[in-house]
Amino acid sequence: MALLEVKDLRVEFHTDDGIVKAVDGVDFVLDRGETLGIVGESGSGKSVSCLSILGLARGGKVSGEALFQDRDLLKMHSDEMRAIRGKQIAMIFQDPLSSLHPYYKVGAQIVEAIQAHEKIPKKDAHKRAVELLGLVGIPRPERRVDDYPHQFSGGMRQRAMIAMALSLDPAVLIADEPTTALDVTVQAQILDLIERLQEEFGTAIIMITHDLGVVADMADTVLVMYGGRPAEVADRRTVYYSPHHPYTWGLLQSIPSVGAEHTNDRLRPIKGLPPSLIHPPSGCKFHPRCPYVMDVCTKEEPQLLPAGGNGAHLSACHLSLEEKQRIWQQEVAPTR
Amino acid sequence: MSVNETKSAAAPETEGDRQPLLRLTGIKKHFPITQGIIFQREVGRVHAVDGVDLEVSPGETLGVVGETGCGKSTLGRLICRLLPVTEGTVEFEGRDITNIKGKELRRFRRQVQMIFQDPYSSLNPRKRIGTIIGDPFQIHGIGDGRQRKLRVQELMEVVGLNPEHYNRFPAEFSGGQRQRIGVARALALRPRLIVCDEPVSALDVSIQAQVINLLEDLQSEFHLTYIFIAHDLSVVRHVSDRVAVMYLGKVVELSDAKRLYAEPKHPYTGALLSAVPVADPDLAAKRERVILYGDVPSPIDPPSGCRFHPRCPHVLPRCAPEVPHLQSAFGREVACHLYDTAR
Repeated sequence: MALLEVKDLRVEFHTDDGIVKAVDGVDFVLDRGETLGIVGESGSGKSVSCLSILGLARGGKVSGEALFQDRDLLKMHSDEMRAIRGKQIAMIFQDPLSSLHPYYKVGAQIVEAIQAHEKIPKKDAHKRAVELLGLVGIPRPERRVDDYPHQFSGGMRQRAMIAMALSLDPAVLIADEPTTALDVTVQAQILDLIERLQEEFGTAIIMITHDLGVVADMADTVLVMYGGRPAEVADRRTVYYSPHHPYTWGLLQSIPSVGAEHTNDRLRPIKGLPPSLIHPPSGCKFHPRCPYVMDVCTKEEPQLLPAGGNGAHLSACHLSLEEKQRIWQQEVAPTR
Repeated sequence: MSVNETKSAAAPETEGDRQPLLRLTGIKKHFPITQGIIFQREVGRVHAVDGVDLEVSPGETLGVVGETGCGKSTLGRLICRLLPVTEGTVEFEGRDITNIKGKELRRFRRQVQMIFQDPYSSLNPRKRIGTIIGDPFQIHGIGDGRQRKLRVQELMEVVGLNPEHYNRFPAEFSGGQRQRIGVARALALRPRLIVCDEPVSALDVSIQAQVINLLEDLQSEFHLTYIFIAHDLSVVRHVSDRVAVMYLGKVVELSDAKRLYAEPKHPYTGALLSAVPVADPDLAAKRERVILYGDVPSPIDPPSGCRFHPRCPHVLPRCAPEVPHLQSAFGREVACHLYDTAR
């Protein structure tokens, strides 16, 4: 049984300019101890879909289902939700400075999180906070626990956020661009830490990122999103070595090649701009930017269908299977 | 330090071709930290840039990489004379421009322009983009109103914007388009050198590639020289001929880009490169990651000797007391005691 199963999730925001369809039909399944990478650009709906699962998409109209241990999170009363949020499903955010309260000591904030869910004396909670800070690699945790967030560096703040998120041993950890604001060396430390803790606690992780590199060596499954919809879902190797969606190809070609012989080749950007979510393009939302566009793409929205091979590889594109294989092998893969 | 070969063979044949376009000698920038309101006592100094020597040849792209706080942006600002230099000299086309003022400085600024990181805060939201791109003409008193408008529209076309959008405000453009506006503004005076300070970091991946291609096209069209400051090492590798790696205000390794990435010599460069995530699961699994522990020390009170020694996996006894200097080894410049004998 899946730990978390999201079915046909839709989130709409009603604004003065019209209805923003931030998430427009997303399905995914997360198993115990698994890592799901959600990749997409700004406005692709990757963050909003996770926020809405936790009831944090303020002002948004949410529909669909999000079954967590067979209970629908989207239909839950706010008190029930509060008992799950933080305790069962925890979240860490991109900017660790703005997600810690500047007036309170780091330790006090972790203690508060623990006491919100467990009836234990403050002294014990404090002791656990110290332990957790040590576990995530904060030096001299018994002293740093009484520091304020501004006394921590960016990497340490993110470590503190991770300590807080793990304080209640959640089943699912949602990490929303946890390393985007950090330097590469610190990013490597944090990713390493998350992987290590996952092994230790068996937490399932949803890793939201715009960087295909970040999930390359940690995700089990990768979901590529475009314009509020999944473009492609597959296991990690398939996404990088035989993807079946022109948008995934575009993303892989937009980053400078990792192979030495191609590093100075001209980049192949995706032409045009991300779609408007208020007046999305007709048919396939990627069609105005797609180099392989056909007539049908402008009229019909493609469904997320099995893309051959194992049943776990799905892609939403009108191109035929043979055509996709041919383009990838002959046109895209050689440039990587 | 040798003058390196330039990337574009089409670089203009001027007399200055053999001499570096820009030469920095022992350049330092210290920001004082003061206490007290009326009688401000200096209680410390941030050693943002602490003794950098660099040469940039015409037509080349010099990449500058390093972590937050290593002084790479300050270095860019010193080159543009947006900040006064504490010590050392900046020479541009053989002329010392370290302390020039007034008219002379203004003339220098025609030659050197800057592109900023954040396309949202580097454009005045209350000005129309025609005015923003045309401002350099106004400031330098070039042309009359009609000529300026024509030039601005030409520039907009060059950077891939629709000239009809002359009267729009920055808010009406997306991030990538705004960065194009910044590029057009930097190009307006036909500079020789453009300092690009994290020009694509704020943009989405697919848009990043568009802007990088634009910068490369403009370089060959206008014979530009770039100093490309960025923390994204794969982008820097893609655009640069040579790369300078900075750590706490000092250049620790300076090399041809290909050589640097193929075989980093300074332990810090090695750690930095191994931390870059690669979009290739097999390669990522095979790679040996050097994880650095701890954070970058404070530039207020940098470590003695080699500034990297407290975090260095190959630290030697002499690293704490002795400052390593940039020296030639393995076809590059590297500041590390490991290579003292390899000279």
